[in-house]
Amino acid sequence: MTSSETPRAEADQVTGTARVKRGMAEMLKGGVIMDVVTPDQAKIAEDAGAVAVMALERVPADIRVQGGVARMSDPDMIEGIIGAVSIPVMAKARIGHFVEAQVLQSLGVDYIDESEVLTPADEDNHIDKWPYTVPFVCGATNLGEALRRIAEGAAMIRSKGEAGTGNVVEATRHMRQIRADIRRLTVLDEAELFAAAKELRAPYELVKEVAQAGKLPVVLFTAGGIATPADAAMMMQLGAEGVFVGSGIFKSGEPAKRAEAIVKATTFHDDPDVIAKVSRNLGEAIVGINVSELPETQRLATRGW
Amino acid sequence: MATAQPVIGVLALQGDVREHLLTLAECDVLARPVRRPEELAEVDGIVIPGGESTTMSRLLEVFELLDPLRQRLAEGLPAYGSCAGMIMLASKVLDGRPDQHPLGAVDMTVRRNAFGRQVDSFEADLDFTGVGQLHAVFIRAPWVESAGAGVEVLATVPESASAGDAAGRIVAVRQGSVLATAFHPELTGDGRVHRLFTEMVRRA
Repeated sequence: MTSSETPRAEADQVTGTARVKRGMAEMLKGGVIMDVVTPDQAKIAEDAGAVAVMALERVPADIRVQGGVARMSDPDMIEGIIGAVSIPVMAKARIGHFVEAQVLQSLGVDYIDESEVLTPADEDNHIDKWPYTVPFVCGATNLGEALRRIAEGAAMIRSKGEAGTGNVVEATRHMRQIRADIRRLTVLDEAELFAAAKELRAPYELVKEVAQAGKLPVVLFTAGGIATPADAAMMMQLGAEGVFVGSGIFKSGEPAKRAEAIVKATTFHDDPDVIAKVSRNLGEAIVGINVSELPETQRLATRGW
Repeated sequence: MATAQPVIGVLALQGDVREHLLTLAECDVLARPVRRPEELAEVDGIVIPGGESTTMSRLLEVFELLDPLRQRLAEGLPAYGSCAGMIMLASKVLDGRPDQHPLGAVDMTVRRNAFGRQVDSFEADLDFTGVGQLHAVFIRAPWVESAGAGVEVLATVPESASAGDAAGRIVAVRQGSVLATAFHPELTGDGRVHRLFTEMVRRA
């Protein structure tokens, strides 16, 4: 099942196709993917109705506090989480670190997040994601960035937000930006699309595809600072097709309760009565950081390009 | 034609709801999402989409849809499930969670994630009884481990070099007015399986 195998005859089974990779993300829609650092947390997430878990060594809030180089997690720890739950398990590789990605594929993770939350390993190139059988999700702050990642083979896009802050303001900015960029493309004429592609620094073919469809060719989730059921619902109303919650759950007072409430609010994102009901008595939320007070060097969303 | 368009609901708790709605829209039916008991009460058929069966099962329970859905299925509501939907329609689930609630609409035992993890997800051509050859997309798919006497097998995994032990496994079934596939016709733009289901609804 390695990517180096040659294409097979029609009757044969073919793995690792764009349809299979992108299709996997379609199955996660309307769901919540939760950061977990132990098998026990993974079980809590699965019990709460998570559609997948993201296995990592430290949640972004701790990476912020502790500093240093943040890398792919210990394979033992990832395997422990794979063994603990029956839902899909994702894991993070550093931007551009194609060997971490090879290792994660060999461990059998279901999705790789090439993530700005970890310290980038290459300041010029992201991973060439096409040769892998495992699909990739990548962060983006605007449409151009999203399309560059898709051109490199990303099968799913998420907003970057500002991870580990418990502050949704940057995720809001990125979701609005991506959606506004898409809307703008849909009213351009054929000739203007060439200029738009240049402006977006994205392949013309992808720009044209988005202009025609009015949406990305892959699933769009939100991530970065989601801390409450209302945060998740707002992102869904802004056009996200699902939600990643990082530090927001296990850095809160009652993780199991909050996790379940965010799952419910994501499904009923357009029903304020349900959101009101699930938002009661969730205990302490993650304390949070005002992003405007964060120095530029501590902002994760500026990693990647 | 204008008078008798059946209403088909797509269970919209989680999963690829949009793709099912779009495919159904080509089948001359009224397709709408279902998240509440009162919405379920209005449909002539229900589609359970692809997604995470554990998540959907949990949400069915907390949003008080489980009993009404069981009730309507027991009364003969036509249903179609793809992938996670197949798992949910089964009478027994292997490798699931102990608190998963099989709906028991098809007398079959289904094995969850039977083909392996996402790196094992695949596409293949297969023969589908009553539809012909179609291109099928399997994503962390289940298979039918065993099916009761009243269950008609519509498709199996074809023999091929890459199929290995999976060759011959049951991946599409029908029992009465309930249809289930381990794969995702809604992802390929091929509406034939959905048309088969909407015809089943019209005749029910």
